[in-house]
Amino acid sequence: MMEKIVLPEIKDLHLIDVYIQNNGYTAVKKAYSQTPDDLIDQVKKSGLRGRGGAAFSAGLKWSFMPKTTNKKKYLCINGDESEPGSFKDRQIFEFNPHQLIEGILITAYAIQVDAAYVYIRGEYHKWIKLFEKALADAYTYGFVGDKMKEKLGGNYSVNIYVHKGAGAYICGEESALMNSLEGKRGYPRVKPPFPAQNGLWGCPTTINNVETITNVPAIINKGWEWFSKIGEPKHPGTILYGLSGHVNKPGVYELPSGTLLTDLIYNYGGGVPGNKKILCVIPGGSSMPPLRGDQLEGVKMDAESLKAVGTSIGTGGIIVMDEDTDLVKVLARIAKFYYHESCGQCTPCREGTGWLLKLLNRISRGEGSTHDLDLLISVASNIEGNTICALGEAAAWPVRYMVTRFRDYFEKRVSREVTIPVANKVHSMRGTAIPLAPIKD
Amino acid sequence: MSFKFTEENINKINEITTHYPDKQPAVMAALYIGQEQNGWVSYEVMEEVASVLEMKPEDVLGITTFYTMYHQKPAGKYHLQVCTNVSCMLRGGYKIYEHVKDKLGIDNGQVTDDKMFSLEEVECMGSCGTAPMIAVNEDYYENLDIQQIDQILESLKNK
Ligand SMILES: Cc1cc2nc3c(=O)[nH]c(=O)nc-3n(C[C@H](O)[C@H](O)[C@H](O)COP(=O)(O)O)c2cc1C
Ligand code: SF4
Ligand code: FES
Repeated sequence: MMEKIVLPEIKDLHLIDVYIQNNGYTAVKKAYSQTPDDLIDQVKKSGLRGRGGAAFSAGLKWSFMPKTTNKKKYLCINGDESEPGSFKDRQIFEFNPHQLIEGILITAYAIQVDAAYVYIRGEYHKWIKLFEKALADAYTYGFVGDKMKEKLGGNYSVNIYVHKGAGAYICGEESALMNSLEGKRGYPRVKPPFPAQNGLWGCPTTINNVETITNVPAIINKGWEWFSKIGEPKHPGTILYGLSGHVNKPGVYELPSGTLLTDLIYNYGGGVPGNKKILCVIPGGSSMPPLRGDQLEGVKMDAESLKAVGTSIGTGGIIVMDEDTDLVKVLARIAKFYYHESCGQCTPCREGTGWLLKLLNRISRGEGSTHDLDLLISVASNIEGNTICALGEAAAWPVRYMVTRFRDYFEKRVSREVTIPVANKVHSMRGTAIPLAPIKD
Repeated sequence: MSFKFTEENINKINEITTHYPDKQPAVMAALYIGQEQNGWVSYEVMEEVASVLEMKPEDVLGITTFYTMYHQKPAGKYHLQVCTNVSCMLRGGYKIYEHVKDKLGIDNGQVTDDKMFSLEEVECMGSCGTAPMIAVNEDYYENLDIQQIDQILESLKNK
């Protein structure tokens, strides 16, 4: 069986003594005897890519941090984990918090930050407590804070703080996260400037996902070459896949990148209850383009392979829907989520998400027309690319791709009659016809 | 009615401000502490937070209203949060939600007359792999069916 990197099956690994018995806190010692640039280079060569959604090279991101600056520098660890279908980071807080702490210590040194913050969603009260306990133990043992120099050798010390969120999906977006950390409303910022230039309190900042950073100690200890050979070469390592929805054994499975989607569902997840057929699978959290049940054969779960079939790895949260699922209701529920979570700064997202929801609710009630399907695509396309942050895409993609890929399914749920009276069409200033019929919720 | 933090809570907040270069980042924690002490985040709580952290009250209001976990009116002793997002929905999240509504006779955002329970339909809580779920105040209950919900409600009533 494949070795697990992020969630090894070792009993009581969350306890600091057990973690130390299992080679814990040796990678950070090794790292602190090397130069920061060496470490960045190793992580770059390892091929480690971000596990928070965008799969961006971690080492490359670190290299954007200015080497000389008269400002402070910061590291933020993103534990907001609010994308529907994602529930992997909480496993790390619970079962392997010290490897995360060790990863933070190595990363913090590699980019020479003055402080590190771990932003955890407020609902994860229990997991915040678990992580805080581990952190307190790491402080007591001298691995974090003032006593580090003595304990680990070298000349570097850093503090790690937990910042508790309070219920806002958007705060997982990195620039919103920074605003939230500064004690403001969680509004995403316009980019550029990027966080590495102008982040927390205007200072150079790096933001990485919890799972991304938990991989770092293993890369330092076992070498970048070892890591780069696991799974798919272009997106190496293991991935914490989250299986949910219509599978017999939902849960988090740590497997090499590039594992077959069908393997995950049928072998690891034990198949679909009642042996039903699969209608639809969302491969990476609810914002990623869904796949049809007949598109799954041979699909590998890594960034490049999924791109090739027109979707994305996202958070690795796989949502399975069987043949009896009401896709219209599912899509309406997804739309409701993004409507609820839009921060409202950009008109296309603020208004568009509301329109998508209203249209989908109307179709769900059996009052939709084929025209509404086109309108859905049109509204979605007008959000995409026209907003400050990627929540716009997150809201538009599921709609655009679900309606396109399941057109036959949706056509059966609408009538050919256009129910909007012509009198309710008004001409916008650009001369396009926009239906303004009272579309009720 | 004015609101003042207890000395213990003031000390807690002051400690938290040391994690940051200035005081404002402690506002989220201070609001939680105020919510715990007062039961909910009233205007008076916001004013006190503002004065302790040297912020404008309107900025504190802006933060309170942005985040869903600050209660701007009193919640029940047990605040029930039922997730109905996709993964829960596929495994009966709405059935649970409707059942809780029926059982308690309240709708989303309401409190029972005896102030024991309040109800909130929530977005994904990160329990998709153990769906459906509800959270009672800060505790998660996962892998639920209707029978278990009844048991949970009963045991809370008798607590
Ligand atoms: C709307 C939105 C929500 C996001 N939520 C999260 C999240 O909860 N956790 C996370 O790690 N990244 C989230 N991201 C991605 C972050 O912006 C960022 O890319 C990521 O934390 C970087 O870490 P990584 O490079 O290690 O993946 C979100 C992005 C968007 C647009
Ligand atoms: S895209 Fe949506 S969530 Fe993102 S900044 Fe604009 S309005 Fe806010
Ligand atoms: S969808 Fe309910 S916990 Fe994720």
